[in-house]
Amino acid sequence: MNNRNSIRSGIDWTTIALFLVLALFGWINIYGAGYTFEQTSMFSFSNRAGKQFVWLMTALLLGFIVLLIDEKTYEVLGYWLYGGMILLLLATPLLAHNIKGSMSWITLGPLSLQPAEFAKSFTAIAIAKYMGRYDYRVRTWRDLTVPFALIILPMLIIMIWQRETGSALVFASFLLLFYRQGMTGKILLYGVIAAVAAVLVLRFSLIPESWLDAVLQPHQKVRIQVLLGLKDDPAGAGYNVAQSLIAIGSGRFFGKGFLQGTQTKLRFVPEQDTDFIFCTVGEEWGFVGSAAVILIYMFFILRLIMIAERQRDMFSQVYAYAVVGIFLFHLTINVGMVLGLLPVIGIPLPFFSYGGSSLLGFTLLLFILLRMDAARVNKLH
Amino acid sequence: MTNDRYYNRRWVISGIVIAVAAVFIIRLFYLQVIDQSTVRKADSNALVRQTVYPSRGLLYDRNNNLLVFNQPVYDIMMVLRETGNDFDTLAFCRALAIEPEEFIKRMDDMRNPHKNRGFSRYTPQVFMSLLSKEDVSMLQEQLYRFPGVSIRKRTLRDYTYNAAPHILGSVGEVNQRDLDNDPYYSLGDYSGRDGIEKQYEHLLRGEKGVEVLMRDARGRLQGSYHEGELDRPAHSGTDLTLTLDIRLQMLAEELLRDKMGSVVAIEPRTGEVLALVSAPAWNPKDLVGRPRSKNYNALMKDPHKPLMNRALQAQYPPGSTFKLIQALVGLQTGTLRPGTLYPCSGPASTPIKCTHHHGSPVDLEGAIEQSCNPYFWQAFRDILQQEGYGEDNRHFHECYDTWRNDVLSFGFGNRFQSDIREQSAGSIPSSKFFDKIYGKKGWRAITIRSLSIGQGEILVTPLQLANEAACIANGGWYIVPHLARLDSAQRIAAGFDESLYNRRYTKVDSVHFGIVREGMARVMTAGTGRHYSVPELDMCGKTGTVQNPHGKDHAIFIGFAPKDDPQIAVAAVVENAGFGATWACPIASLMIEQYLTDTIARPELRARIRDAVLITH
Repeated sequence: MNNRNSIRSGIDWTTIALFLVLALFGWINIYGAGYTFEQTSMFSFSNRAGKQFVWLMTALLLGFIVLLIDEKTYEVLGYWLYGGMILLLLATPLLAHNIKGSMSWITLGPLSLQPAEFAKSFTAIAIAKYMGRYDYRVRTWRDLTVPFALIILPMLIIMIWQRETGSALVFASFLLLFYRQGMTGKILLYGVIAAVAAVLVLRFSLIPESWLDAVLQPHQKVRIQVLLGLKDDPAGAGYNVAQSLIAIGSGRFFGKGFLQGTQTKLRFVPEQDTDFIFCTVGEEWGFVGSAAVILIYMFFILRLIMIAERQRDMFSQVYAYAVVGIFLFHLTINVGMVLGLLPVIGIPLPFFSYGGSSLLGFTLLLFILLRMDAARVNKLH
Repeated sequence: MTNDRYYNRRWVISGIVIAVAAVFIIRLFYLQVIDQSTVRKADSNALVRQTVYPSRGLLYDRNNNLLVFNQPVYDIMMVLRETGNDFDTLAFCRALAIEPEEFIKRMDDMRNPHKNRGFSRYTPQVFMSLLSKEDVSMLQEQLYRFPGVSIRKRTLRDYTYNAAPHILGSVGEVNQRDLDNDPYYSLGDYSGRDGIEKQYEHLLRGEKGVEVLMRDARGRLQGSYHEGELDRPAHSGTDLTLTLDIRLQMLAEELLRDKMGSVVAIEPRTGEVLALVSAPAWNPKDLVGRPRSKNYNALMKDPHKPLMNRALQAQYPPGSTFKLIQALVGLQTGTLRPGTLYPCSGPASTPIKCTHHHGSPVDLEGAIEQSCNPYFWQAFRDILQQEGYGEDNRHFHECYDTWRNDVLSFGFGNRFQSDIREQSAGSIPSSKFFDKIYGKKGWRAITIRSLSIGQGEILVTPLQLANEAACIANGGWYIVPHLARLDSAQRIAAGFDESLYNRRYTKVDSVHFGIVREGMARVMTAGTGRHYSVPELDMCGKTGTVQNPHGKDHAIFIGFAPKDDPQIAVAAVVENAGFGATWACPIASLMIEQYLTDTIARPELRARIRDAVLITH
């Protein structure tokens, strides 16, 4: 009982408050995005807001349960969980229906779940277990062989076997934690330089299109070309982004008001309650609302960094930075895409985008960290 | 912690987080505060401005008979993308009472980019057009069964009488120039193309309204935007009352059947045009709707030029009707007095022979009655050569210019500034004109003697001839002939000055008109018009026969009645008809009778004129 009391007192309520603010505001915007000027209740199961409400309740329950589970469980079962997850990822396409070319959804009765959304948490645990060994140091590249392998395995399965590029790319976010643990910073720098160089090279057509054809799917090639301004095609691949910018821009400073957005209501922005949910925020809540959401995310992630830094064991700290990296990656890629700064890569905005899998996945990821953080007071100095 | 060596990297990571947030907020600021283009793009995405068309103003005649009105017609529109695969073609054909073959043909035509250049699967396309309310009523009831099908209502002009096509004008689709010049119009709009429809376009068209609707990404309409806050209702066009008397107009058209010519009748006191007819003409209904362009082309190619409004645009020498002006100008100049006698040697006269047989010498009244050419030649000569011949004739040019100005004051040589469009100006040549031909000293009265009897270089329009009759009827003034009775608001809206309907005085004083009127009365009792007079109507008139170098002479007549309280002034021209007394005079006489007595007591005359075929083929 003593232990449980100390857990409760150790919970970081600030993070939970930020989580709740984001999730509730996200849910309101899902209602807004799905609203068609023929009002149905926010709680009706016939619409996505109603379903998302159920997911939200489920997520809170999941979070509560995770807080009750001893954090040592993850350290002990780390590789087993990872192994089980790999098997599930491998099995998914065999059980899945093809949804828009993706083989990543498992349907259980009325529910559809995307196992890839949970894979991030278990990969983070496995890496934390490996790098959390007391004698582990990042001295040479060889020390990172196993962590890289742990990342690349699920990445390849998701990208090739499940054909979900977006979910696979998220695993690149683990680089942030490697950097924190001692991987040379140059690799981040080189990464940025390489990205900029790639943009410039493609922009000025320094490489023939046939090379692109060899590497990329046709739709990916077009997306990259549109992003780089090589192709002006507002009705085609650039349509999503063009409409997204129109919706956000037309919100002006104070927004059009809740449920007043014409662009999102009238379905000009595709995927507006999932990957492009931020459009609804931009159109209906204006610069004030969308900048506020960005700031809340910023404080949320800075808070996670603070939590990561105050961990007293390597396992928790490594895991915490994995969480930081994943949230930062999702925020950057998703909002960057919606704002037309990055290519269109379909990954959700945490807590905002409609979908049970991503909400539950992020909740699991976050609450495992909160449990570790709450228990840190019990750890030896 | 064990790896404090990398502790500072927490700041790098925090910095990345803050940098990402900063980049996003700057980008949002750019999109939502600085860049202004997105609002317009968003509106053009989501808002559809549907034009609400006003109904065009109606036209009435002076007795409140409806002349021109609007007829609703319906187009069947189809958005192919929405009609879908399970479109019930047979039920659709039944609802429109068409055969399936016709359906297939119309669908093929609609899809054929050569026949339908604006074809798109996503926008409404015309499947059938110009249907009546009865034609579409069954489909209207069943419309819910046919997704993608809609009925568009439009209005077309319709006409109560088959009359006055030149005056009324027509309505047709706007052209590129209209679109460039007036932002009111958009492609496919209709506007007045000619006649009253064009002249009063701004009054008749009303004001378009707009309905702002929301449209989703697939182009489906989703109801009004902000509960119609931005909507603007349409304002109907202004109804206009014309000065025409439609029965008089139709009588004139009847009398000019199978003839080329024109008739203009004016109420002298007001300048209101009672009838304005040009023959040959067409049925105004022919230039409405789908057959418009085909019929218009046929009229363009017709060798008799029906599209030309002869009453306004044809220019003829005025012939003997001009002798009245000679008399008036001579009286005003003082070279002619009521009692002035000139000799006439009949057909033996020089330099101009007389076409009639009468006593000699003759006075002014008698000269008008007998249309004596030598009399008016001598009168003209005395106006121009007041100081004698040869060296004494130093002021010949001034005399000619004064004469010309007096003549111009009757409305000749210029277009009337009124609502009557596309007039010809006619021509009273200036002294410079003759200087150019003959040299400054090379011409004298004898050189231009043809002018004395209204032949030669003088050109007038039938409208100007009618106005001449009105001037004489009024005793020295006229009001510009016009076609619409406007109240002051309409007049301002049409851009006319208040002075439009002011009296214009001729340069001839009113005291001189009495004797000319008496002469004209004698024309109808004892002169060339005596066969077509109705004694109790007190008609005044003057016939004319215009030499036509291209064929048979043109018959001309001007007149008014009753002599002492003129109600109507008329000019009639019948081309290639011969003597004015034979054809133009009876037409004018019958019109005066109709207008003053509301009936025709000479049905045989009416039938004889009506049935005469004088048009040359």
